[in-house]
Amino acid sequence: MSDDSTTSEPAQKPPARRFRLGELRLLMGLQSSGRQFGILGALVAIIVFFQVLTGGKTLDPINLLNLVNGNAYVLILAVGMVLVIIAGHIDLSVGSVAAFVGIVVAISIDQWHLPWALALLLGLAVGALVGAWQGFWVAYVGVPAFIVTLAGMLIFRGANQFVGNSTSVSLPAGNTFAFLGSGYLPDPAWGVQLNLSTVVLGAVAVALVVVREAVRRRGARRAGSELVPLWAAVVRVAVLVVVIAGASYLFAKGPAGTSFPVSGVILVVLVLGYSFLSNRTVIGRHIYAVGGNWRAAELSGVKIRRVNFFVMVNMSVIAAFAGEMWVARAAASGPGDGIGWELDAIAAVFIGGAAVSGGIGTIVGSVVGGLVIAVLNNGLSLLGVSSDRVQIIKGMVLLVAVGLDVYSKSRGRPSIIGRLQRRALAPTAEVPPPDKTPLDTPLDMPVEHGGSGS
Amino acid sequence: MSAQNPQAGIDVVPPILEMRGISKEFPGVKALSDVSISVGPGQIHAVAGENGAGKSTLMKVLSGVHPYGSYRGDIVYEGKLQRFRGVGSSEAVGIVTIHQEFALIPELSITENIFLGSEITRGGVIDWGEENRRAEELLALVGLREHPATPIKHLGVGKQQLVEIARALHKDVKLLILDEPTATLNGADSQHLLDLILGLKDRGVSSIIISHKLNEIEQIADSITILRDGHAIETLSVKAHEVDEDRIIRGMVGRSLQSRFPDRQPRIGEVFFEVRDWTVRHPQSPERLVCKNESFSVRRGEIVGLAGLMGAGRTELAMSVFGRSYGSYVSGRIFKDGREIVLNDASEAIAHGIAYVSEDRTALGLNLLDDVKESVVSAGLGKVARFGLVDDGEERRAAESYRSGLRIKTPSIDEGVSRLSGGNQQKVVLAKWMFTDPELLILDEPTRGIDVGAKFEIYGIIQRLAAQGSGIVLISSELPELLGICDRIYTIFEGAITNDLAVADADPETLMRSITTTQKKAATR
Repeated sequence: MSDDSTTSEPAQKPPARRFRLGELRLLMGLQSSGRQFGILGALVAIIVFFQVLTGGKTLDPINLLNLVNGNAYVLILAVGMVLVIIAGHIDLSVGSVAAFVGIVVAISIDQWHLPWALALLLGLAVGALVGAWQGFWVAYVGVPAFIVTLAGMLIFRGANQFVGNSTSVSLPAGNTFAFLGSGYLPDPAWGVQLNLSTVVLGAVAVALVVVREAVRRRGARRAGSELVPLWAAVVRVAVLVVVIAGASYLFAKGPAGTSFPVSGVILVVLVLGYSFLSNRTVIGRHIYAVGGNWRAAELSGVKIRRVNFFVMVNMSVIAAFAGEMWVARAAASGPGDGIGWELDAIAAVFIGGAAVSGGIGTIVGSVVGGLVIAVLNNGLSLLGVSSDRVQIIKGMVLLVAVGLDVYSKSRGRPSIIGRLQRRALAPTAEVPPPDKTPLDTPLDMPVEHGGSGS
Repeated sequence: MSAQNPQAGIDVVPPILEMRGISKEFPGVKALSDVSISVGPGQIHAVAGENGAGKSTLMKVLSGVHPYGSYRGDIVYEGKLQRFRGVGSSEAVGIVTIHQEFALIPELSITENIFLGSEITRGGVIDWGEENRRAEELLALVGLREHPATPIKHLGVGKQQLVEIARALHKDVKLLILDEPTATLNGADSQHLLDLILGLKDRGVSSIIISHKLNEIEQIADSITILRDGHAIETLSVKAHEVDEDRIIRGMVGRSLQSRFPDRQPRIGEVFFEVRDWTVRHPQSPERLVCKNESFSVRRGEIVGLAGLMGAGRTELAMSVFGRSYGSYVSGRIFKDGREIVLNDASEAIAHGIAYVSEDRTALGLNLLDDVKESVVSAGLGKVARFGLVDDGEERRAAESYRSGLRIKTPSIDEGVSRLSGGNQQKVVLAKWMFTDPELLILDEPTRGIDVGAKFEIYGIIQRLAAQGSGIVLISSELPELLGICDRIYTIFEGAITNDLAVADADPETLMRSITTTQKKAATR
């Protein structure tokens, strides 16, 4: 990675380290905003709130299993949706696409007797085709995604009912496919009370967190860029470790035969994968660029049509997968599946800090936003609040969360964290005016930065 | 309290406006420290200073964009201490700002725009007759001959600005603030505007004008305050002949500029880039050709000017060559190093070593949500990425080296570009395109709206790139700038290249004639 070809150009001296309170946000990881910090706090607060009110039922292992299994599909949708929204679009069709793919998969297993893995792939392929269809209209014809996917919402809802004859199709009992939606990791037992797979998973996660932090610090030091202060790194790792260990313990001590659910594992893998994609890859950078200012992106050589096409295809494939998880969990696909999912996913993304105008948003933030809704739903139903009132409360939460954000922006970022951070940096802004010959400064610029090949 | 004028008693009459000891801090930056200015009734007061000197901040304090309480110091207007809560409350007492970016709605008519927010109504219904009558009066006053029902989008920049002023007059303006009003205007429109400001002065309207154009200041201002790094350096009376260009420049940059253009020994090589018979259609009206069979060429190490008025088709020509980014291609060929190349989009142009620095840096040059480092690498992401993965360290290294090499004033490369001043944003855009290692760099009005010191630096950067063997195409409406740094100048008028002059043969008169008339190659020889 850090080949020596670049050292011919003396690396810039990193600015002197200063303590910045703003680095508190670094505890959240890459590119997180104060908003995400806030939403994570809100999630913790809501969990504690319901934990107290329900007399400990919220963090009960069985409830946690329900929470994960019952919401994984929406959270996965949020992962795809945030990319669509960052790119400046929206996808209203995800619920219908999920339902359409669901019925195709159910029929392929029940009537065509496809092996579960083949059925899974078939469903994803159908999702990709649907995505290519919608992506074509959005990216190459230029019809706004709102319209294209509104049409898609009708088309694929109809397609679900057309294919399924407006009735439900059940999976044969005991089909392996079900493990996608309601499966658990194996448990070798060995006479231990805890589920060993979950414990191992937790341990691996803890190890990964620690190693990743160490690798990142080393990389940053080599690149000569600013290092996150050690205390922040330690605190971040410690918090993550405690959360992971705690969660592993809760999931591991569930009823016999249960573990951290397969759907949860899938979710975690997707979150990690897509976070990496959005933060570290060229395509990820291009998605932000298109959403932030597509004209500038186009003139910078970004193939915006391809980016838009990719985002739409990706969303539909994810919707297909969510539909499959739903079918797996319900062991059936019906004409009413997936109604309203798009709205849940969109709400999660906006609670998680994305901007309606595009260019802003994160995967982790959106999933946390989705968890806020999920915990709220779950806690309220544990408390016996009826669904009418639950809807009202959810609506208010969405409005207040985004409203607070808009309000704080309109006040020109009064966030204490932001202020302290900026203030600490003040003096550097005062570069003295150039002397008589500005050209004295070396302009022999950065020539090769490695990697460019030619 | 309002009777005393700390500024050397130019007038005995109490000033209409006094800003006293204004200080304003932003997180991390002290934008203004203890600045005082005073404007007499019916006076035109100029405010000059480099980018980031605090001119715009001062005006925002005055207009209430930065409300009372967010700054220190007093605003005394018409003898009363004012505490503006927002733009609304300053406009209510007759202080109106004309921004660089107009606040007009393109789809609405002139009349609708003038009265937007202050409609003339009768019984809750808009009185169109009265509005149109009044609009015609106002248009006559500002010297704009257009039908009041014309949609704003059909007007050029200069005329839009006149509509803005008409709107201010409708609001019963007593103090007009103009933020670089002529930055986007051509010579004739600028002169018209300046005359208009002088005309308003005769009607008792005071003005504060922010301008980089020193000749304008000399022409219309009564007095001038020079800001530097948030301090008021001095206030001079223009009418008392205390002012000359050198003095203003010295005040702004803290030094005197020996020359406005850096010295350079051009080393010009072979023709390496050639456009032949280039024809492009207008994107909206296909029957219109924005350029027809135009040809031009660039040599290695050469700085080629493209002179023309706003709207002459310079930008359109350049953008269409840059990967057909404007209009629809009809015919024409591009040769680089003798081989024909086809550029279907911007990414292919970049791959062939062509870069285009847009005249509109916020709309086309930058993603304002990005930070400095992301912006610098945004057109050359491939250089800091391997197998589709962005290498964080490489990105930072690249950004840091441009930051110091181009003297980009920013607290860090993690700062959002939206928080930089205009000149520094422009340097970020330059860095972004330099990072693509261009062989041909097309610069569209690269020094517009930036101050003298930054201009000088940007000229230096351009010359440096030429010295390294790149070809430069410089699009500009400022003739002195073209004459100052180009080796050769093409003139363009209504989409047609009208002349091709070595800079030694060019003078402002020839250029002006070639950019305002159609006669091809007739102007010289």
